[in-house]
Amino acid sequence: MNTKYTGQSASRVDGPLKVTGKAKYAAEFAADGLLYGYVLNSNIASGEILSIDTTAAMGIKGVISVFTHENVEDLTWFNIKYKDMDSTAGTPFRPLGSNKILFSMQPIGLVVAESFEIARLAASLIEISYKEYPHVTNLQGELDHSKEAPMGKIGYVQPKSRGNAEKAYRKAEYKIQGEYVHAAEHHNPLEMLATTAIWEEEGKITLYDKTQGVSNVQMYISNVFGLKMENVRVVSPFVGGAFGIGLRPKYNVFLATLASLELRRNIRLVLTRQQMFSFGHRPGSVQRIAMSADLNGKLTSIQHAAFGETSTYEDYTEIVANWSGTMYNCENVKLKYELVKLNVATPTDMRAPGAVTSAHAFESAIDEMAYAIKMDPLEFRRINYAEEDQVEKKPYSSKELRACYDQGAAKFGWENRPLEPQSMREGNQLVGWGMANGAWDALMMPAKAQAILSADGKLILSSGTSDIGTGTYTIMTQIGAETLGLGLDDVTFQLGDTHMPMAPLEGGSWTAASVGSAVKAVCEEVKTKLFEMASKLKDTPFKRAKIKDFAVDHGHISLLSNPSARLSIVDVMRLSGVNSILETAMSGPDPKAKKTHSFNSHAAVFAEVKVDADLGTVVVTRVVCAVAAGKILNPKTAGSQILGSVVWGISKALEEESVLDNEFGRFMNHSLAEYHVAVNKDINEIDVIFVEEHDDLVNPLGIKGVGEIGIVAVAPAIANAVFHATGVRVRNLPITMDKVLQIAEEDKNQEEVPLLK
Amino acid sequence: MNSFSYIRAADPAEAVSQLAQQSNGKFVAGGTNLFDLMKENIEQPPYVIDINRLDLARIEPLPQGGLRLGALVTNADTAWNELVEQNYPLLSKAILAGASPQLRNMATNGGNPLQRTRCYYFYDHATPCNKREPGTGCSALNGFNRIHAILGTSEHCIATHPSDMCVALRALGARVNIKGVNGERTIDFADLHRLPGDAPHLDNNLEHGDLITSIDLPEKQFKTNVAYLKLRDRQSYAFALVSVAVALEMNGDQILEARVALGGVAHKPWRDEAAEEQLKGQPATADHFKAFADTVLSGAIGYGHNTFKIELAKRAIVRALTTAAAQSVEEPSSQPLV
Ligand SMILES: Cc1cc2nc3c(=O)[nH]c(=O)nc-3n(C[C@H](O)[C@H](O)[C@H](O)COP(=O)(O)OP(=O)(O)OC[C@H]3O[C@@H](n4cnc5c(N)ncnc54)[C@H](O)[C@@H]3O)c2cc1C
Ligand code: SF4
Repeated sequence: MNTKYTGQSASRVDGPLKVTGKAKYAAEFAADGLLYGYVLNSNIASGEILSIDTTAAMGIKGVISVFTHENVEDLTWFNIKYKDMDSTAGTPFRPLGSNKILFSMQPIGLVVAESFEIARLAASLIEISYKEYPHVTNLQGELDHSKEAPMGKIGYVQPKSRGNAEKAYRKAEYKIQGEYVHAAEHHNPLEMLATTAIWEEEGKITLYDKTQGVSNVQMYISNVFGLKMENVRVVSPFVGGAFGIGLRPKYNVFLATLASLELRRNIRLVLTRQQMFSFGHRPGSVQRIAMSADLNGKLTSIQHAAFGETSTYEDYTEIVANWSGTMYNCENVKLKYELVKLNVATPTDMRAPGAVTSAHAFESAIDEMAYAIKMDPLEFRRINYAEEDQVEKKPYSSKELRACYDQGAAKFGWENRPLEPQSMREGNQLVGWGMANGAWDALMMPAKAQAILSADGKLILSSGTSDIGTGTYTIMTQIGAETLGLGLDDVTFQLGDTHMPMAPLEGGSWTAASVGSAVKAVCEEVKTKLFEMASKLKDTPFKRAKIKDFAVDHGHISLLSNPSARLSIVDVMRLSGVNSILETAMSGPDPKAKKTHSFNSHAAVFAEVKVDADLGTVVVTRVVCAVAAGKILNPKTAGSQILGSVVWGISKALEEESVLDNEFGRFMNHSLAEYHVAVNKDINEIDVIFVEEHDDLVNPLGIKGVGEIGIVAVAPAIANAVFHATGVRVRNLPITMDKVLQIAEEDKNQEEVPLLK
Repeated sequence: MNSFSYIRAADPAEAVSQLAQQSNGKFVAGGTNLFDLMKENIEQPPYVIDINRLDLARIEPLPQGGLRLGALVTNADTAWNELVEQNYPLLSKAILAGASPQLRNMATNGGNPLQRTRCYYFYDHATPCNKREPGTGCSALNGFNRIHAILGTSEHCIATHPSDMCVALRALGARVNIKGVNGERTIDFADLHRLPGDAPHLDNNLEHGDLITSIDLPEKQFKTNVAYLKLRDRQSYAFALVSVAVALEMNGDQILEARVALGGVAHKPWRDEAAEEQLKGQPATADHFKAFADTVLSGAIGYGHNTFKIELAKRAIVRALTTAAAQSVEEPSSQPLV
């Protein structure tokens, strides 16, 4: 038995439960007399409901009740009560709160029936008459109505400009500018949003919910429904993917609670795939970038204006343009971030929110700039490499991006890359190589954890966090086992229950650092208890030993000075007459370190594409993603995070797009047959490299989180590779064959070829 | 989904007479399209007549030559059938370019041609659609019509027929055996589907109660110079933006006969027999292929988002013809060109 686990690959401890179907998800918890809900969504994007006739629906055998804005009463009146831990500025949406329609597919009714199919049939029979107002949903058409993004969302800071970018740009000899666009995207995890609400007794409820934060749901539900916090228990042991859609409580948990409290019954509410397009999404964006450089490759100016969409009722903000101020050395930087209000549901964080959006535009522009001065794009990045955070003027706690360049480029074979576009060809296929880099925050939040060590040497750890497929169960088990010198099998980590110590939302890639530090802290306390007990034991070599004299490994306690003097943990507890040790601990970020340093993870992505010279079809044949993210706790689960990120990056670059029909103000491709995500056949070789990065400042574990950094630079690397293959710049994601052909055609018709010449 | 009565038919005659009695009833075979449509309330049949027990699940050579594909043989079993693979490889290729293995394992030869369009608006009750509700209007005409038709459209509907299998069947000149209320009949595959005209709610020329019992592949086989090119937004599991089925009979470099059918561009698999004449006796060169493609697409109309399909279809035709012409007996698998 080895008890050094962190830094080593371990298979998911929850893997067997998942593959045998024993892992239970929100919609799988059984309950007596379960009723089923089906949500009715609006057909229009803006207006009001004049009447809603539920007679026919109520006439169907098996229908118990229909909830609409007309019969929902007694809920709190105050906006603030509808806020949650991931709220934005503005007025939160209230499901069934009034007859107003704010966006298409807004939930406007809930049918509760004895079966799902009865509820769905009844919902289709509800007659609604609307008064329609004009709606606006076209981001590109509304840029004139943008306004500065307000503060309000946790973590949001406004971008800071420096120097005089416009002047530098005017004077510069070598410059580029471009407009970059990407469509809205919906999260579409495999598991639909779902809630099973168990009515315990008057004013008391248990909610099995698909969420990235049980405490957030608990707070929201108790505030909105006026319940005592302790009477709302939220449980979420397994989550079938979330990517951000589980951060804010959604209307499923609201409606299930509403119906359960009202009917005093147990209710299950599962949304359909179509309804997964009826709430937050990655906002579409338009970004304008202008840039200049001198012939030595030094960036002389950067201008980046980013426009994002938000709803009419909330201001969803992301950090977009800010990244362009930190990534490279440049004295003249002008940044702007503005919002456009549309009749859509408020956007929501999606994997690496803001950074992904920013990198697509900015890292494509960097490539264009490098080509304007005929320089290798990697060399150009090296020349402008930022040793310290250019905005905060602080050193990074660690930044091994250069190692990512070196190792990524070596693995990829970048040195053999001809600079000229269209210089590699295999039959009909034009081959291109592109690269990009990206950064993400290395954050840490306060978190609590509990440990119970029992007389048989088994350790149970718990914290109210979640595992959205990232491997939380596994790495916490590793940290606990290592800290207490136990076997992985001796340790059980539990999560996803408001009865457990509070943890932050699982987002921002901070769970490993935050909850991991709390787990380590609580295990250290248990260890101290054990050492104290050992030092009090009579007739052992441990007598009167100091805490610092002890070590643990392989389920035993020993003395550093005398490793052969060993006693098993089980014996220590037995001889001390202790049945179990229970400890709770809390950990949080070090405010001092934050003042002196900036914390980021980094990645460099290299991509190869093949583009059909006649048909414009694009295939990504190879990707190398080199990541610097501090210490890697578990290369296997961390590697899977990066693999998944790269797959999604390919999907985003080539396929994903929620298409709005502006006539109806509605997303039209609301199914997985028509909203394309990458399938097996789209994915070829992917190599993940973790470069070594030591960091004593970021947190006691030296880790930075790997859930998001992997996706940041994938789409621009692919877009740049498409340019290298074809000479065609597609600045509008996704890069589909029609765009490639159309832009190639436009370029042909242009008098002067814009870039290379 | 509406409540419905489920009836399991024992033989074709019973199936036909059961359906004839239920004016809004539907047959169900694999169910991969019908049930999806029922879940979205697009189809609301009060009676569903299960035909899966009918004895129509065989592939048999026809005495006069040709091959009979039973209506209940799955798409997967058809594609992997030895006789189909050997003698009609175009059909195997087309089927395998469609859907996913799971779907092909359920989908049947009778159900595939009768699957309905994938038009977004057809699937969404929130928007008008003449095909779903005649007379309400066509939302796609001025809407997001990137996947829509460019040939044979009408102002009432610009939907496409989404099948891949049917494109190959059209090129091969298959025939459809039908059992109806008034007995049995056989029609050309070309006459199965129709153009939208002013009645887009009708996808095909079948009458209520008609049961497809089998599909016959003709005696004439195209074993070598064939290609199925499918252009789509991802490498698998996506409907065609444009697809091309090509079957050539060659003598050295000379084309003796050319069959070219297009998918993803019209309300039915599209074929221009007159234009095919143009290729007869010609050498297999890019210029001839281009001229042919121009002729086939000469009547095409773009509706904005789908206008790119006109040029794309031309290029796809040229590519598919080139690929088919380059096939040789020794190397029957599709090889990269040049
Ligand atoms: C996500 C997805 C992706 C897909 N991608 C593709 C693709 O890329 N290419 C492609 O070609 N297809 C694709 N398909 C469609 C699939 O091929 C069809 O759904 C399938 O072929 C239908 O066959 P079925 O037996 O399941 O038909 P069913 O759903 O059982 O029936 C379809 C219709 O045919 C009628 N019917 C069935 N059998 C008979 C008969 N013998 N006589 C008379 N009427 C009959 C039924 O009444 C019904 O109206 C896809 C489907 C899905 C869901
Ligand atoms: S194209 Fe046809 S199916 Fe689509 S909306 Fe128009 S009428 Fe309906």
